[in-house]
Amino acid sequence: MTGPLLELDKVALHFGGLAAISDLSISVNAGEVLAVIGPNGAGKTSMLNLVTRVFEATKGRILFKGQDIARAPRSKIAHLGIARTFQNIELFDAASVLDNLLLGRHRFGAGAWWQQVLRTPGLTRREEDHRAKVETVIEFLDLSAWRNAQVASLPYGVRKVVELGRALCSEPEILFLDEPASGLNPEETRDLAFWIDDIRSDLGITVVMIEHDMSLVSAVADRVVCMAQGRVLAQGTSAEVQAHPDVISAYLGT
Amino acid sequence: MSSALELFAQLTVNGIAVGAIYALVALGIVLIHKATEVLNFAHGDLLVLSAFSAWALIEGAGLPFWLVLPIVALGIGVVSYGIDAVIVRRIAGQPQFAGVMLTIALAFMLRGLVMMGFGTDSQSYDTPWSGQSTTVLGVTIADLSLVIMGVVFVIAALLWVFFRKTRLGVAMQAASQNQLAAHLNGVRVKRLNSLVWALAGVTAAIAGMFLAPVTLVDTALWLITLKALAAIVLGGFGSLPGAVLGGVLIGLIEQYAGVYLPDGFKDIAAYLVLIAVLILKPNGLLGDAHGRRV
Amino acid sequence: MRFDYHTRYRQGFALLRHPSDWLAYGLLAVVLLALPFFASTYLIGELGYVLILCIAAMGLMALTGFTGQVSLGHASFVAIGAYAHAWLLAQGVPFVLALPLAGVISAEAGLVVGIPAIRVSGLYLAMVTLAFSIVVEQVIGMWRGVTGGFMGMLVETPRIFGVSVGAPKYFYYVCLFVAVLVLLALANLMRSGIGRAFTGVRDSEAAAYALGIEVKRVKVGAFGLSAGITGLAGALMAHHIGYLTPDAFTLLLSLDLVLMVVIGGMGSLRGAILGAVLISFLPKGVALLKSALPDAMARQSGLEIFVAGLVLALFVLFEPMGLNGRWLKLRALFESFPLYRRDTFRRQKTYMKSERSR
Repeated sequence: MTGPLLELDKVALHFGGLAAISDLSISVNAGEVLAVIGPNGAGKTSMLNLVTRVFEATKGRILFKGQDIARAPRSKIAHLGIARTFQNIELFDAASVLDNLLLGRHRFGAGAWWQQVLRTPGLTRREEDHRAKVETVIEFLDLSAWRNAQVASLPYGVRKVVELGRALCSEPEILFLDEPASGLNPEETRDLAFWIDDIRSDLGITVVMIEHDMSLVSAVADRVVCMAQGRVLAQGTSAEVQAHPDVISAYLGT
Repeated sequence: MSSALELFAQLTVNGIAVGAIYALVALGIVLIHKATEVLNFAHGDLLVLSAFSAWALIEGAGLPFWLVLPIVALGIGVVSYGIDAVIVRRIAGQPQFAGVMLTIALAFMLRGLVMMGFGTDSQSYDTPWSGQSTTVLGVTIADLSLVIMGVVFVIAALLWVFFRKTRLGVAMQAASQNQLAAHLNGVRVKRLNSLVWALAGVTAAIAGMFLAPVTLVDTALWLITLKALAAIVLGGFGSLPGAVLGGVLIGLIEQYAGVYLPDGFKDIAAYLVLIAVLILKPNGLLGDAHGRRV
Repeated sequence: MRFDYHTRYRQGFALLRHPSDWLAYGLLAVVLLALPFFASTYLIGELGYVLILCIAAMGLMALTGFTGQVSLGHASFVAIGAYAHAWLLAQGVPFVLALPLAGVISAEAGLVVGIPAIRVSGLYLAMVTLAFSIVVEQVIGMWRGVTGGFMGMLVETPRIFGVSVGAPKYFYYVCLFVAVLVLLALANLMRSGIGRAFTGVRDSEAAAYALGIEVKRVKVGAFGLSAGITGLAGALMAHHIGYLTPDAFTLLLSLDLVLMVVIGGMGSLRGAILGAVLISFLPKGVALLKSALPDAMARQSGLEIFVAGLVLALFVLFEPMGLNGRWLKLRALFESFPLYRRDTFRRQKTYMKSERSR
């Protein structure tokens, strides 16, 4: 395939008179780890919310594999192969880790309603297939100790991993991570760095992560985009972006 | 004046009179909801309790209405404070549904206690204004209705002043915006919430004591909670002026529906309004919009 | 402690995972099947009614317990099911056809009520359903041509292929059959994709959308499913009552159903059944209690409602997971004896999480 995997083309997002994002163009190439950095309120999460259709773009196009998804129904995004995690963990708290991960498989279908009611042999086989796939993710993220635990009872760090696992269960082509390292201790952050690397190289998933932790960004990102006030300020390698004068002034607030 | 116009004027006056009571009940429910996010389904049963208490004091002990009014209002205020301090406070921080269930449970218990304490028969008592009426421009208004309108207006005004001008009122407003922040700023949130309950209890007591002579002293008075909910939704959830406006509008709509719409509509008009508003304009007339961020 | 040595995933899916489960539920089935041969006609009639309430409570549980949508107006679906069934029977539709049709009609009504659920949730939805049930009660009263209005409507004796099953003994089996069918269907559904989607929508709409769940469809669908099952209960209830009037389906019935699911324990079919059994036996318990009380107190009529309120309050305050939660704790206690830790089920402290802007 030619061209970028995902392309935001002159996208704008206005809330009433307030422009959260204006004239934003970002492209994500297949197979890369792209980090999006920027001060608070730069519009990073808004950008992600536009792609996953939580918000309606005021202007512009969002092309995923050449197809404009800026007006697609919110529940269709996952079916295209776009997965995400949330800044303030959005897990299904009252369910077990296993059920959370199985919900990640939703887009692959769970059988017709009558098959589910009757629990036909075909459905049981299908459930077993989903379960087998979930087990590979459990193994990949080392979650087996928590398999049957209720999410609400898990420590914060584990919950972040479960959320990552749930996104992986949907076998996305592109994975958005919204501040994956926030609230993690250094050890957990190091694990995360290895996982992100593996997700890209072993699973072949393109990763876009919004992150403040520059050590993590430098460690795993192929390319860095810095946003401020709803625009792209600079992009390039981690070192280039960090040395960019506009970026420095945006962070220092001059 | 033509008779059609006279009828309309009469309906309007009656509607405002009934609506004033709805407004007062709605105010009490909104007060508690704003402060604690608990939707108090037991509010109507506080009315029932106050009506029966007033009946016992007036007809049983022979006290005059003007003396019973402050006694019962204070008494219900204390009961209401206690309900929060002993019971409702325990579920702070739990989902809204827990609050709904707990207040429904409280409603059942209050109703049961009233039935056990005062019996299940309907009762009635007189106020100094009972049986008198004033006619203005061909429209007849019961004096009691005039008094009710006056009382509700005064209470609404007092609440407005309370929340705008007094330290306690401002603290309550702050606490209702963000409980944790208020707590960190030295506001004693728990005690404040109980005081809000007490305040709401007083409004419920006054509403109960003025409503009972118009209808009857009966456990079915609690059903006014449902009318008040319609008023709250119409006015915009969480808005005190909205509650008053909604109450009066629901009162008017019911009166008009009783005459201008086919049989049976009067009883369901309030609920049809509630459903329509929630579907078409969930923020009501004076409510503000919210979105959820992720 | 009990350990699971599963060698295939499907062993983990099974409804009855252990030999002891098979034994316990088998025993329960035998007792329920044999009861009519021992119990009095009155008791069997009452038990049939309890089974009907179990069905209705399971219907509400599918909505409130699994998708987190509160309905304070489920009596309206009981009413719609009951009247639809009675009307169909009066038109000459045979019982075995009228019963599922009544469920379907009720489900359609549920879909209509579910539409507001797309726009409003939480308290607002509770109020919409509450208002809806009051409106339905009035409409039934006014619609004399079909419902008999406030005068009421006679329900014909149920016949299955020409054989009358109106006697309590036979009707009990009909109720038992439907209840077991509903239980199995729901249990299967809730451990499959649809059930997972339900809990997903309940716990986080944002995440549900992000995983490709059509949240709106799930919400409305849950309403339809729940109303359909509750309607089935209504159709059976029509025979239990025998003569339908609107005041059999008031707000109090709605609240009773909510009581059942809350006291039983949210998100569990076992909870719905336990709750229905407890709530339907509560008045009997209070009657027993009264005989032990002094005469003056025993004659007062507020005690039932007071006790119902008290039980509900105690559960909300001290056992939010309901009877089912209590059951799980007891089982954990026995299975791990003597190693049970008191803190196993301790709830974590929660801070006020505003639901204003949902």
